[in-house]
Amino acid sequence: MTSLYEEISTPPAGDVPVRRVTINVNGQARTVDVEPRLLLAHLIRQGLKLTGTHTGCDTTNCGACTVLFDGRPIKSCTMFAVQADGHKVETVESLASASELHPIQEGFKEKHGLQCGFCTPGMMMAAKALLERNLNPTEDEIRWAISGNLCRCTGYQNIVKAILWAAEKMRAESK
Amino acid sequence: MPLDEIKIGGMGASRRRVEDNRFIRGKGNYVDDIVLPDMLHMEILRSPVAHARIKSIDVSKAWDTPGVRLVLTGEMMAARNLAWMPTLSYDTQAVLATDKVRFQGQEVCAVIADDPYIAKDACAKIVVEYEILPAIVNPLQAADPASVLIRDDKENQPGNKVFDWEIGDKAGTDKAFAAADKISKIELHYPRTHPSPLECCGSIADYDRATGKLTVYMTSQAPHIVRAAVALVAELPEHQIRIVSPDIGGGFGNKVPIYPGYVISILASILTEKPVKWIEDKTGNLISTGFGRDVYLKGELALRKDGRILGVRMNTVSDHGAFFSDAQPSKFKIGLMHSAFACYDIPVAHMMSTGYYTNKAPGGVAYRCSFRVTEAMFFQERMVQAAADDLGMDQAEFRRINFVKDDEFPHRTAFGFLTDSGQYGKCLDIGLEAIGYKNFAKEKAEAASRGRLLGIGISTMTEPLGAGNSREYDILGIKMFDSAELRVHMSGKALLRTGAKSQGQGHETTWAQIVTHELGIPAEDIVVEEGDTDTAPFGMGTYASRSTPVAGAAVAMVARKIRAKARKIAAHLLEVSEEDIEWELGRFYVRSNQDRGVTIQECAMAAYSNMPDGMEPGLENNAYYDPPNLTWPFACYIAKVEIDPETGVWDVLQFVAVDDCGVRINPMIVEGQIMGGLTEAYAMANMQYITYDEEGNCIGANYMDFLLPTAWETPGFELYEVVTPCPHHPIGAKGVGECATVGGPAAFVNAVMDALKDKGVRNIDMPLMPNRVYEALTTGNDVYGMPPVRVGN
Ligand code: FES
Ligand code: FES
Repeated sequence: MTSLYEEISTPPAGDVPVRRVTINVNGQARTVDVEPRLLLAHLIRQGLKLTGTHTGCDTTNCGACTVLFDGRPIKSCTMFAVQADGHKVETVESLASASELHPIQEGFKEKHGLQCGFCTPGMMMAAKALLERNLNPTEDEIRWAISGNLCRCTGYQNIVKAILWAAEKMRAESK
Repeated sequence: MPLDEIKIGGMGASRRRVEDNRFIRGKGNYVDDIVLPDMLHMEILRSPVAHARIKSIDVSKAWDTPGVRLVLTGEMMAARNLAWMPTLSYDTQAVLATDKVRFQGQEVCAVIADDPYIAKDACAKIVVEYEILPAIVNPLQAADPASVLIRDDKENQPGNKVFDWEIGDKAGTDKAFAAADKISKIELHYPRTHPSPLECCGSIADYDRATGKLTVYMTSQAPHIVRAAVALVAELPEHQIRIVSPDIGGGFGNKVPIYPGYVISILASILTEKPVKWIEDKTGNLISTGFGRDVYLKGELALRKDGRILGVRMNTVSDHGAFFSDAQPSKFKIGLMHSAFACYDIPVAHMMSTGYYTNKAPGGVAYRCSFRVTEAMFFQERMVQAAADDLGMDQAEFRRINFVKDDEFPHRTAFGFLTDSGQYGKCLDIGLEAIGYKNFAKEKAEAASRGRLLGIGISTMTEPLGAGNSREYDILGIKMFDSAELRVHMSGKALLRTGAKSQGQGHETTWAQIVTHELGIPAEDIVVEEGDTDTAPFGMGTYASRSTPVAGAAVAMVARKIRAKARKIAAHLLEVSEEDIEWELGRFYVRSNQDRGVTIQECAMAAYSNMPDGMEPGLENNAYYDPPNLTWPFACYIAKVEIDPETGVWDVLQFVAVDDCGVRINPMIVEGQIMGGLTEAYAMANMQYITYDEEGNCIGANYMDFLLPTAWETPGFELYEVVTPCPHHPIGAKGVGECATVGGPAAFVNAVMDALKDKGVRNIDMPLMPNRVYEALTTGNDVYGMPPVRVGN
């Protein structure tokens, strides 16, 4: 059984093997019992109810499930939840503070970098990873950095513009 | 001071999108995000083979799996008269297979369990014994009288033919061909492809036995059609059915049809009395849901020496898969294929179309297109290019002399459509100028000196959007109109609902802009809701670029009804007669004294607090809009490509898009639609296709075989605009969502063919993968049909 137990006291059901893991998700330590085969994407979406991370393909192709894993962008449909034990995971829900949007979020809205919005959370997390190591990327560097993330709606041109916009704002802010 | 329409977010404002506020926060509400209490999860077992008789199904081990609540087979569906369902094209489709499986990926069993992982486990434990039958994977095989009969479930179905259809003037066309100086012929295949929205299909059915109400949250571009169909199929009362389309992660036509998964989840919820969620995986989506295209063409143009086209012959053969489930107006068997050549002034034309069943996935949906216009325009522009080459004429000039001229509207096309407006020559001029057409010969020579081949490809077309007028267009008998309902609250804020359903087009933003344009209420004061059949007025949904032409018109019309009532209220407030009142954006005033006026907000307040004697209180209304005709946007797309002859790889050096979609409500969103559409055009020209091997195995069942371009490959696009307002649309708009996908592919293919012109190559069928280009280059032969199954040679 793949049920998830948010309460540490809840006993696992029947004879299904479960493992207790503690993952730092968006700055908060979460301890859960999971079946070893449970995908990290499913833990994030169903167990932790952070539905901003989407699953488009389950096969590492689309990038809709991209989250940051110890700061690096990974496809959470291609990692088991147990592999995240003791690690740090950031999802789209961590981008905005209570009062303010992240410049990447603002950029996507400002430059019309999204249409249906399904690829957007993964796209923004990939962009965040890029801008954290390179605050002055070229268009080619951006295209390369998001080439693991498919978008079916926009044709990418406006996504590139959105990330350039965010980079500029972040450079100005960091001065 | 009159209001500044752009500042308050009216027509023409590149207003930032309202829906983005939730999407950028990860707070969208897609179907898989919805969790209902006690919800069960469903998984579908699909056929691994393309054509086989089912000898036995053993589900006992699945039933024994802890956590499994229900296992459904075709037999159990049949006991409830639900093993088959009607399609949108008056055929039937198996919900769960009973007798045979007819394509790889067909739904055979379903397991409903506490958890999706358990449901998958249990599916793997079902044992199905198949007696394999020969698979038919293309229409040529299907047409062979000796071939196996796919639809032996149907009475009066002697062979594998679905339909014969014919339109145009045969005798007149024969005459034109007899009189021609030259006849240009070409054979083409538009490969099978898939809309493949990033989000797959899914549903949550929730049947409440106590109230008898069925609620279904599902990925549907047309929730009201679903409600009508569920009422018919499941024999449930329509007022007890609520279909909710939440946020949709892209549709492109894929989410118009009604799929077995939806129907099974509904029955499962009725039987278990619990909500049942079904979320398709990517392979399930690619191998079983509505595909696009898969049409063969024999095309001929009758030409006069001076370059005039005298007549057109088109002969199409289409592959519909195992069930004829095209989503299209019922009168037109091969959609609006006969919209081909609408931008050219051609005296006479004739088309014959034949459709066949094969052991492939059913569908033939309008993939980002108004019912086969994508094939129509691709065939048209490939035929035009071939004809220009055959005559030795300049490709741009050949188009120009055959265009319908600006002063020749309204124009009746050779196949009988009526076009109403356009500036085709102007669009072409802008495109040629932007691509540097004049200097191209020099550029080409320079590239040749580097060992590279350069080509320019043009695609010009006008296509019919906004189906339709109800005389001609219906789906399952339901006329294709659309609707809007507007409530203006006391404070002048408003709620607008329409029968359309956005899947990324930004209706929440643009519909409000139309109301702003008509009433002067700031766009931010207007909330737009769609997709819930319990609250939205009846509409035919969003596909075929019909939202702006039809629902958008309904929005303008309902706002005008509101304004008419507000005018009466204003007269009452200003104590003058209605005739003495003038309107400016957001305000009525007394003609003789412009300073004496009332705002629309003041009228709204009065509608609830101080209405004239005898007037019904409130300020709300609805409008159903039945368009008088289709709308006809025009586009000119020009690609410049460079081929590396050593590898066959081609790069897009420049791409120019000139779109005339009439009045633009939100230019930013229009441009976004064009860029997205061009990317799908590039995908089809280059890499994105589905094919089948001889046994009927689907090649293109995942994103490793079915390639979508990434940010790395996708070229940049330069956009230009021309505005010729639609004469019959209330705000002059024509629609744009699909134009680029429809007209784009031919620009890329024509460009590659232009580069290969001197090599004796006349055609390479899509996808133009490097190995196919290389083969053509090195052999000088055309490359026909799909990889790896070749048809015809
Ligand atoms: S869902 Fe993980 S890459 Fe597509
Ligand atoms: S916005 Fe729809 S997939 Fe990117």
